[in-house]
Amino acid sequence: MMEFFRFLGAGTRASFAKLGRATFFLVDMLSGISSVVIRPRLLLKQLYSVGVLSFLIITISGLFVGMVLGLQGFYILSRFGAEETLGVMVAASLVRELGPVVAALLFAGRAGSALTAEIGLMKATEQLSGMEMMAIDPIKRIISPRFLAGVLSMPLLAALFSAVGIIGGQIVGSGLLGVDDGAYWSQMQANLDFQGDIINGVIKSVVFGFVTSWIALFEGYDAIPTAEGVSRATTRTVVNSAFSILGLDFILTALMFGDN
Amino acid sequence: MPHNNTQDTFVGLFVAAGIAALFFLGLQVSNLSSFSHGDTYQVIARFSNSGGLKVKSAVSAAGVKIGSVRSITFDPKTYESVVAMEIDAKYKTLPDDSSASVFTAGLLGEQYVSLDGGGSSDYLKNGSKIEITNSAIILEKALGQFLFKSAEEKKSAPEDKKSSGKK
Repeated sequence: MMEFFRFLGAGTRASFAKLGRATFFLVDMLSGISSVVIRPRLLLKQLYSVGVLSFLIITISGLFVGMVLGLQGFYILSRFGAEETLGVMVAASLVRELGPVVAALLFAGRAGSALTAEIGLMKATEQLSGMEMMAIDPIKRIISPRFLAGVLSMPLLAALFSAVGIIGGQIVGSGLLGVDDGAYWSQMQANLDFQGDIINGVIKSVVFGFVTSWIALFEGYDAIPTAEGVSRATTRTVVNSAFSILGLDFILTALMFGDN
Repeated sequence: MPHNNTQDTFVGLFVAAGIAALFFLGLQVSNLSSFSHGDTYQVIARFSNSGGLKVKSAVSAAGVKIGSVRSITFDPKTYESVVAMEIDAKYKTLPDDSSASVFTAGLLGEQYVSLDGGGSSDYLKNGSKIEITNSAIILEKALGQFLFKSAEEKKSAPEDKKSSGKK
C-alpha cells in the first residue's frame, strides 16, 4: 500500500517537474526568437524542412478529406433534398474544424516527430553540448528557428488543407454527383463569414502550430540521450500533440462559436 | 552557411501557396467579396410580413442576385416591416413600378426578395420606394388555411367523401 502512494507521489512530482521544465524551455525559446530575426537564413532552412516538406501530405490528405466530405454530405443532404447546401457543409466543416485539426495532426506526425528525433539525436550525440562548448546557445541557434518555422507554417498548411479540401468537395459534388456548381459556391459564400469562420480557423491553426512545435521541441530537448530515449520522446510527441490539439480544439470552439 | 537557391525557391513557393490559399478562402469561400465594395443604391419596400428575411439576404431579379438586404425594421405606425435593400449600381434601369415579393428558395431554403419589373419608363433611384409588395408566405398560415378549407369542404359534401372513401 505504501509502495503505491510512493509511486503516485513520484509520478506526480515528475510530471510537475516536467511541466516546469517545459515552461522554462518555452520562455528561453521565445526570448531566442529575437536572434532569429537577425539571422533569417536559419528560419528559411527550417521553413523548408518543416513547411515545404509537409506540403505534399497536407494537400493530398486535404483533397481526399474534401472528397469524402462531398460524398458523405451528398448522401445525407440529398435525403432531405438539400444537396445544394453541400458547399456550405464541406466548407464550414473544413474551415472551422477539419482544416486546422487534421492539418495539425498530420503536422505533428510529419514534422513534429521529425523535430523531436532530430533534437533528441543531437542531444544523444552531444552536438548540443558541443555547441555550448563553443559558446553558441543551442536554444537560439537550433530551437528558436524551428519553433518559429512551425508557428509560421501551420496556418499556411491549414489554409492549404481547407482550400484543397473545398476543391476536392467540388470535384466530387458537382463533378461526379451532379450538384449545381454555382449553388455549391454561392451557398458557401452566403453562409460563411470571413471574420467568424476563416479568421477563427486561422487563429486555431496558429495555436495548434504553437503547441505542437513546443511539445515536439521540448520532448526532443528533454529526451533521455539514448536510442531508446529518443524513440520514446518521438512517441510522446505524437501522442501528446494529438491530445493537446483535440483538447484545445474543443476549448477554442466553445470560445469562438459558443455564442451563436 | 552555403546559399541554397532551390531551397529558397521552394520556401517562397510554399509561402505563396499558403497565402494564395488564404486569399482563396477569403474571396471565394466567404462573403468578403460580394457586394460590399461596389457602388450600390438603396431602395425601400414595405411588407405586411417579411417572414424569415434577414439582413444580408439576397435581392434578385429574374433569379439573378442583384443586391442584398441592408436593414429590416418594424414601423410601429403602419405595423409594416420596412426592408431597405442595396442594389448594385450596375442595375439602375429597374422600372419604378417594379414589385417586390419575399420568396423562399426551395422548401427549406433561405428567404429572399425578388423584384419583378414593371412597365414604367422611370427608373428606381437611390431612396425610392417600391409600392407593390407581396408578403412572405408563412407556411404555418398557409397550412392552417388549407386545413380549414378542406374541413369546410368535408362538411359541405359528406356523401361525396364517403363514396370516394369506399372505392
